[in-house]
Amino acid sequence: MIKWSDKLSAAVKNIPPSGIRRFFDLVTETKGVISLGVGEPDFVTPWHVREACIYSLEKGYTMYTSNWGMLELREEIARSLYNNYKVKYEPSNEVLVTVGVSEAMDLALRSVVSFGDEVLIPEPCFVSYAPCTSLAGGVPVPIPTTEDNDFRVTAAQIEEKITPNTKALILSYPNNPTGATISREELMEIAKVVKKHDLLVISDEIYDELTYEGTHTCFASLPAMKSRTILLNGFSKAYAMTGWRLGYACGHPEVIAHMTKIHQYTIMCAPIMAQMAALEALQNGTDEMKKMVAEYDRRRRLVLKGLGEIGLSCFEPRGAFYAFPSIRNTGMTSEEFAEKLLVDGKVAIVPGNVFGTNGEGHIRLSYAASVENLTEAIERMGKFIGKSGCRSDGMAASG
Amino acid sequence: MDQKDREILEMLQNNSRLGFEQIAAMLGTDRQDVENRIKDLEEKRIIVKYNSLINWEKAGEDVVSAIIEVKVSPQRGAGFDKLAERIYRFPEVKAVYLMSGSYDFSVLVEGTNMKDVAFFVGTKLATIDNVLSTATHFVLKKFKQEGVILDDKEEDRRLVISP
Repeated sequence: MIKWSDKLSAAVKNIPPSGIRRFFDLVTETKGVISLGVGEPDFVTPWHVREACIYSLEKGYTMYTSNWGMLELREEIARSLYNNYKVKYEPSNEVLVTVGVSEAMDLALRSVVSFGDEVLIPEPCFVSYAPCTSLAGGVPVPIPTTEDNDFRVTAAQIEEKITPNTKALILSYPNNPTGATISREELMEIAKVVKKHDLLVISDEIYDELTYEGTHTCFASLPAMKSRTILLNGFSKAYAMTGWRLGYACGHPEVIAHMTKIHQYTIMCAPIMAQMAALEALQNGTDEMKKMVAEYDRRRRLVLKGLGEIGLSCFEPRGAFYAFPSIRNTGMTSEEFAEKLLVDGKVAIVPGNVFGTNGEGHIRLSYAASVENLTEAIERMGKFIGKSGCRSDGMAASG
Repeated sequence: MDQKDREILEMLQNNSRLGFEQIAAMLGTDRQDVENRIKDLEEKRIIVKYNSLINWEKAGEDVVSAIIEVKVSPQRGAGFDKLAERIYRFPEVKAVYLMSGSYDFSVLVEGTNMKDVAFFVGTKLATIDNVLSTATHFVLKKFKQEGVILDDKEEDRRLVISP
């Protein structure tokens, strides 16, 4: 008999399993649940994009593409980044098409992290940053962001954590799970620290189009930042294309070449069907994308108002499609709250603690759901909070 | 009409059951403002009616629809309008459009059976003065109406929880 526990890689054993898994099983077993726990659009990919993919299949586009991705797609990506942010990438050697931002993040970390290098990770954040850093042999260094500062990391907080081993900083605004955005001025301050300490920045901007107040600033568009930034983005959120698994990385030719090396040995190339669809999305998908964004914005306001009415305090999320209300005054931990709300209130959300430091005491609620479901879910949450005797609209904050 | 009015119209067109409160929250304004705006839009007959899209076939009811191409000779002084009115006043007529091309009016007629519809066309529609000819096309199946796919199989297939 093989004893697998002795055979498995220590590096993998040492990373904790995703905190969402156990909760996922619980939600699946419970009947009649409205789920606001989904990290993806509730829209299906716009038909013209699906149709373009079907057409490409009919024409027989079923082969490998260049490791980098189709040149035509890379050109469109570069063009769209230039149009949006006036940042200029050379399609031939500064753009790499990947299997989602997830792969791009992994490639970026593996390409820059040497053993023992520290990577600064403002938290709460998407679940993969720290594990991927560890798998790359690096040391994830969380920087707890706080609700007082609307979950934006500050230049001072970053500087505090810098050691001689610090290699890179991960930025992810608009943020999953908090919905936080960050202003150009604040990014400029961060850029100063980055330059002073000669850091690299991996900027995950997958939610850039989903910015509802103000405009998104692409980190690479800041003066002198393009050369030290690996910009990550993709099609999942803005174009409702999660299942297509298509993202991209842009950066200095040297690091992109490095990333491509890993990519070509492990992935070869992103699926051509998805690339064909993405091309259509970039060329003809802006109108429909803007409509979806406008719809999220409406629901964002609806949810924010609803949360206020049931007595959950929530800072105003300005991007992505998440609200991240505090549940501290209920006296429960995030997991307790999530579990009880699921069982008693029949609403699924994601406990904030799975997103790292300072996520505890919060829940993530996705408003990528229909108005009917959002209204019903918030009503259920209101009843649940009222029943558990911890409703706290200002006066009863005794818990 | 400003941007907020336009958004209200869009929202109501998509779902006329939205309440003032919900619309107000989504627009970032107050209930009174939304109420006033909607009242104004109703008075101006920009919002004409609130109705539901019903799949009668699924309800097991017999409904026969036909699209009728009508050729007419327009009247001096009144153009097509007078004639259109003679047609659209019949309750059997559900829609009337003036068309470009080889005929003049496209008329949607509904009845409980084919005979009903044919009878209406033969005795009421075709006999109107200045109606030159009619061509009746019966609808065999409705797939999409008012921008809605009637039997849409695209339900929510997302995982219940994802990061």
